[in-house]
Amino acid sequence: MSKGAGNTRTGAAGPAASITAGAVLEISGLTVSVRGEDGERPVVSDLSLTLARGETLCIAGESGSGKSMTALAIMQLLPQPAARISSGKIRLRDMDRGDIDLAGLDERRMRRIRGDRIAMIFQEPMTSLNPVLSIGRQLVESIEAHTDLSRAEARRRAIEALKAVRISEAESRLKQFPHELSGGMRQRVMIAMALALKPDVLIADEPTTALDVTVQGEVLELLRDLQREHGTSIILITHDMGVVAEMADRVVIMRHGRMVEEGKAADIFARPQADYTRELLAAVPRIGTGAGRRSSVEAEMPGSVAVVHDLHVHFDLRGGFFGQVNRRVHAVEGISFSIAPHETLALVGESGCGKSTTAKALAGLVPYHGDIVIGGRNLAGLGRDQRKAVRRDVQMIFQDPYASLDPRMRVGDLVAEPLLIHGIASKEERSQLVAALFERVGLSADQMELYPHEFSGGQRQRICIARALALRPKLIIADESVSALDVSVQARVLDLLKELQREFAIAYLFISHDMAVVENISDRVAVMYLGQIVEMGTRDQVFSNPRHPYTKRLIEAVPVPDPAKRRPRFARLDQEIPSPTRKIGEDPPKLALKDLGNGHLVAVS
Amino acid sequence: MTSPIAPDLQATGRMPVKPRAGVWRRLIKRPLASIGLVIVAVVVAGAILAPWLTGYDPNEQMFDGLTLEGAPLPPNASFWLGTDLLGRDLLTRILFGARTSLIIGIVANGVALVIGTLVGVTAGYFRGWIGSALMRFTDLMMAFPALLLAICLAAVLQPSLWIVAMVIALVNWVQTARVIYTETSSLAEREFIDAERSIGASAPRILFRHILPHLLPTIIVWGTLGISTTVLLEATLSYLGIGVQPPTASWGNIIFENQTYFQAAPWLVFFPGAAILALALAFNLIGDALRDILDPTQRGRE
Repeated sequence: MSKGAGNTRTGAAGPAASITAGAVLEISGLTVSVRGEDGERPVVSDLSLTLARGETLCIAGESGSGKSMTALAIMQLLPQPAARISSGKIRLRDMDRGDIDLAGLDERRMRRIRGDRIAMIFQEPMTSLNPVLSIGRQLVESIEAHTDLSRAEARRRAIEALKAVRISEAESRLKQFPHELSGGMRQRVMIAMALALKPDVLIADEPTTALDVTVQGEVLELLRDLQREHGTSIILITHDMGVVAEMADRVVIMRHGRMVEEGKAADIFARPQADYTRELLAAVPRIGTGAGRRSSVEAEMPGSVAVVHDLHVHFDLRGGFFGQVNRRVHAVEGISFSIAPHETLALVGESGCGKSTTAKALAGLVPYHGDIVIGGRNLAGLGRDQRKAVRRDVQMIFQDPYASLDPRMRVGDLVAEPLLIHGIASKEERSQLVAALFERVGLSADQMELYPHEFSGGQRQRICIARALALRPKLIIADESVSALDVSVQARVLDLLKELQREFAIAYLFISHDMAVVENISDRVAVMYLGQIVEMGTRDQVFSNPRHPYTKRLIEAVPVPDPAKRRPRFARLDQEIPSPTRKIGEDPPKLALKDLGNGHLVAVS
Repeated sequence: MTSPIAPDLQATGRMPVKPRAGVWRRLIKRPLASIGLVIVAVVVAGAILAPWLTGYDPNEQMFDGLTLEGAPLPPNASFWLGTDLLGRDLLTRILFGARTSLIIGIVANGVALVIGTLVGVTAGYFRGWIGSALMRFTDLMMAFPALLLAICLAAVLQPSLWIVAMVIALVNWVQTARVIYTETSSLAEREFIDAERSIGASAPRILFRHILPHLLPTIIVWGTLGISTTVLLEATLSYLGIGVQPPTASWGNIIFENQTYFQAAPWLVFFPGAAILALALAFNLIGDALRDILDPTQRGRE
């Protein structure tokens, strides 16, 4: 079935001798195998595609589809010695010497091609830059390695490249180190480094996945501009269909190492041929489709599950000779909200806005100032045992299902643990309860004996949900709980969360950076910026009538999974988001919230 | 494949539930670990059964144990491993010495490991002033020459086998504490520890059920490495006259008594040395296997 539309691909079956006219790169019959415990196993099978000059080709697929392996195979950077190209050709057009087959090239000659002819940028800009060298040195060295330019000329070229990626004060930036730059800046430096040598092909492997939405928009637009100027061909690898729609000329959809479908972006989105493509597109959360939720202020029922009033969380930074506190991170700066029973309140914002810290304060993981009232009892006035009893009603599901389960415990024991800690039920009753929970979240009871690493990401998140449900809490905090999952898995986990809410009457505090997901699940939305709430209201109020400029920006920045609605230009943010770290005694200005009617609160400055 | 999108419910390969095979059964299935177990068993049996395994007294100086010039005898039919400078049977002394060395290697080392782990885990998990105080004390201990400290302690407390074991434990826990501290503090930052705290788990529960199991590999490695270190430290102390008092045999003091005659009578150093090596190696082999067996993420890769 996965081969269903494989024959729609174009131009791949050209003669073996030379590559198709107008193409820069042509892959034919590529198979990459990885040696594992049970022998060799293909991770990319019989992949053929062509990349035309100046075109953007998106390779899209979920985790394990082989899209990154394809990129690494082109770069000859496959993880050694486990993975190798077992068959196929990767031909690069070369005007002077005839076409080169990269698949058979030795390391010495490949090194000359890497960076010079084909450059690559990776997902995590911090790990791909050397933290102990200044960015200038890294840029200049990579230019010197590939050209005959003198140090001074290489430096000039580096500055040019930084200017091209719109980094201000390029000359002084050369002296900075990677940790002194924000994530978006670092990714721009990576792009500058990749483009400094004016390669024919740029491979971008999930270049914006680690970035905030607003920064993502900028980086994508930057790539588009640079492509227009230099005529570079781009292979963009992504799991995000929104990014695909935004960027792609042509799209290749991959699954289990095979090409499922290939075609023009408009065609793929308008008339997907393969079943898999259709399901993939259907699973993508879209803004404007979150129907069927309670629409208005009905949520304002008496007896809130949790009330947060004027919550502050500060982290003191020590410095100076005597290690005294001299600076303070104002992570959360006086926020107030309440959550009604059965309600889903979404807390949205970009990294560093304090949304996760708020969750941690509610779950009792960080010290705070202010009031947290759960089920009518203020936590501040309670002793340790009472607090533990009250906290039973608040459970948390973490972002990364790989990191939030103890790898050395059986999953059955992990789910039983909250019951054990709070002394609920006898041993037999506990194991029955756990079995029932497993069934309820869609796992089977005989999987209780297994360890976390024996499950997939989606299954693990289900285990975390079962664990959170074990104590029958009134409020579940879901901190980016679906962000690490593939879209199709994400859609099913979200459905499960909604079902459980109906069944057990749970309230959710749903924390996310993904506006589309938030729009689908939430009743009310609070937008956070630099530790404060800038806008709060029902989902419809916030999404159909955003009043604060930051909310507007956030919503606009979400790429729409429809190439027909491609945004012409994305409004650029002139300055970076300021840091929440301040000197002692220098408190940030407090925003006042104004009610625009029906509980729609907006910060006025 | 029933749906074009892989259901996240689908099993991930090694699914069939395996019965919990006992640690012991899985240990003896590994050839290297079995060799280790056999060596340890032989040493333990030799130590316990020493009086019945040999016809000689470990401290008896025999006339026929020396040549006419008064030199020790090389291995021969009546003295299988030869005799030492005083004409005592070397095999007998090694067998009896195993008692001392096992006690030192296991008890002293074990106590050192326990102290080191407790200090390291406490400092690493709680941090704050307790952590700082414990780690500065550890640094102090590290900076102080271990041998000098052992000499002082042993001189103050009258040397006996158990005192020597305690002295060795007191100077040997520092390295373990350092390593365990570093690992604990990085473990404490991991998200599953936050997850435990969010369900209301108490500090002892987190420490014993969730942090300690992750430290096992490190503890095992340090434990097995420590055996040879402690056995040799005991030998050093014996040599300086503050260890196990002569004529009681220990592997270490046999080597030290005889090392100056290494060229003339190499067997006197070789055999006890080989015994220490074999014991340390055996524990290493067992430790390696245990580390893999106790790690559930290695399941299915044996």
